[in-house]
Amino acid sequence: MAMQFYASPEQIMRDRSELARKGIARGRSAVVLSYAGGVLFVAENLSSALHKVGEIYDRIGFAAVGRYNEFENLRRAGVRMADLNGLSYDRRDVTGRALANAFAQTLGAIFTEQSKPFEVEICVAQVGATAAEDELYRLTYDGSVNDEPGRMAMGGQTEAIAAVLKSNHRPDMSLGDAVKVAVQALGSVGGEGGAARAIAADQLEVAILDRGRVGRTFRRVTGAALTALLDDGEATAASAEASTEAADSTDAAERPDS
Amino acid sequence: MAAAFDPSGRLPDLFTNAGTSSFSAFLSQAAPELLPGRRPLPPGMATDLTPHATTIIAIAAAGGVVLAGDRRATMGNLIAQRDIEKVYPADAYSLVGMAGAAGIGIELIRLFRVELEHYEKIEGAMLSLDGKANRLAAMVRGNLGAAMQGLAVVPLFAGFDLAATDPAKAGRIFSFDVTGGPYEEVGYDAVGSGSLFAKSALKKRFRYGLSVDDAVRLAVEALYDAADDDTATGGPDLTRRIYPVVMSATAEGTHRLTEAETAAIAESVVAGRMENPGG
Repeated sequence: MAMQFYASPEQIMRDRSELARKGIARGRSAVVLSYAGGVLFVAENLSSALHKVGEIYDRIGFAAVGRYNEFENLRRAGVRMADLNGLSYDRRDVTGRALANAFAQTLGAIFTEQSKPFEVEICVAQVGATAAEDELYRLTYDGSVNDEPGRMAMGGQTEAIAAVLKSNHRPDMSLGDAVKVAVQALGSVGGEGGAARAIAADQLEVAILDRGRVGRTFRRVTGAALTALLDDGEATAASAEASTEAADSTDAAERPDS
Repeated sequence: MAAAFDPSGRLPDLFTNAGTSSFSAFLSQAAPELLPGRRPLPPGMATDLTPHATTIIAIAAAGGVVLAGDRRATMGNLIAQRDIEKVYPADAYSLVGMAGAAGIGIELIRLFRVELEHYEKIEGAMLSLDGKANRLAAMVRGNLGAAMQGLAVVPLFAGFDLAATDPAKAGRIFSFDVTGGPYEEVGYDAVGSGSLFAKSALKKRFRYGLSVDDAVRLAVEALYDAADDDTATGGPDLTRRIYPVVMSATAEGTHRLTEAETAAIAESVVAGRMENPGG
């Protein structure tokens, strides 16, 4: 008969944490930060089809690192919850805080109840009327939530990335400057011998929550608009407007609350 | 709300499983009471319970489509509301309007808009225009029981088809009946009590390849004709400054004409009818 060994709860939790941390650190990182015109998401992502950054609701976005199937699962749940609440009450009643709470409960329950925790780290971001009113929530694999002050880094080697962000990021930056800072921070680790490296535009997934819009504010910045941002931070807004995803191009003013 | 959390505090499996990309399919499990067609109605006719929304017109133009609606809702011989809005953008490239039981119609449109947005967010891509029309048909069919008790809603759906090979034919119109549909219409269509007169007017004046601006003018003219002969359709109300809602969907997306724009068109239409009441 197999012998059952005793493992203390502390040991079990430690093992699970270690598993989750290792899984998260293996992947590529992502940063989220406030800038003058909204909230910027930049993730290092080799795939252009499997997104790490996504839209949840009018003013709420989602970014994640770790295992794709696990955070995609949470993102879908978030979209369903947001749409259900928005339909039952009003679009204004869907908040980032409520979503962060639901994700935290879910991650916490999975961490304690299941034998394997989710190997994910998540950011729920809500764009406000000013950069000071932006809300960034960091959710970790064990269900803990942190309210971050206008910028955050997730994934592996986040201390180094966060240090670069901290020294270079200001909430009143333009989009071009913010993208450059984000890419510089992501590239500050992982080079030969711990040196900085350059990240090509096609390895980046960039999206924004546009502060100035009414209705759905989430837009992806892809193709020529992204290249232009990376090449010259100042020639930004106009070209970014022009070639972001067509799907998001409705004039938001024409979408009255529903 | 029914779809609350289970005791462990985590989101129920219903939320997290891969499941469906359709919001109404999700709702049918999470909160079926929010689906218009899922409510058991007591027996008997319910026709007089809700105001009835009236005429909606769609016209296909070169490079787009125009959807316009009057502003009146009636209950029997009374005007229930003078400034109701019955035309909405369904998503970035399509428009939807409705005639029939106003309360259910507004709810149906609201749900349809969430349905399209939900699919787009979950899948990361928009539904095709035909896919949107089919979803709407299924939602209308879901209301069949209520329709048989007098609470019928009939939408009119029009949009710019991003997949169209010929941009001149990208503006497409779909009509429905209470049992579903969709039926694709060529050129123009109308629903609601004044639709007979609006369609008669359009039959004589519609031309293929109209510009969007001409189609807008034609839509306001046709609404005038509908209001002229149908008491349940409201004409432009110059004294209260209530004008039809006119929207277009083109390659640039959906656009609602401003109050000032519709006012100018409506005033010019009314001025024309001062000289020739038949238009």
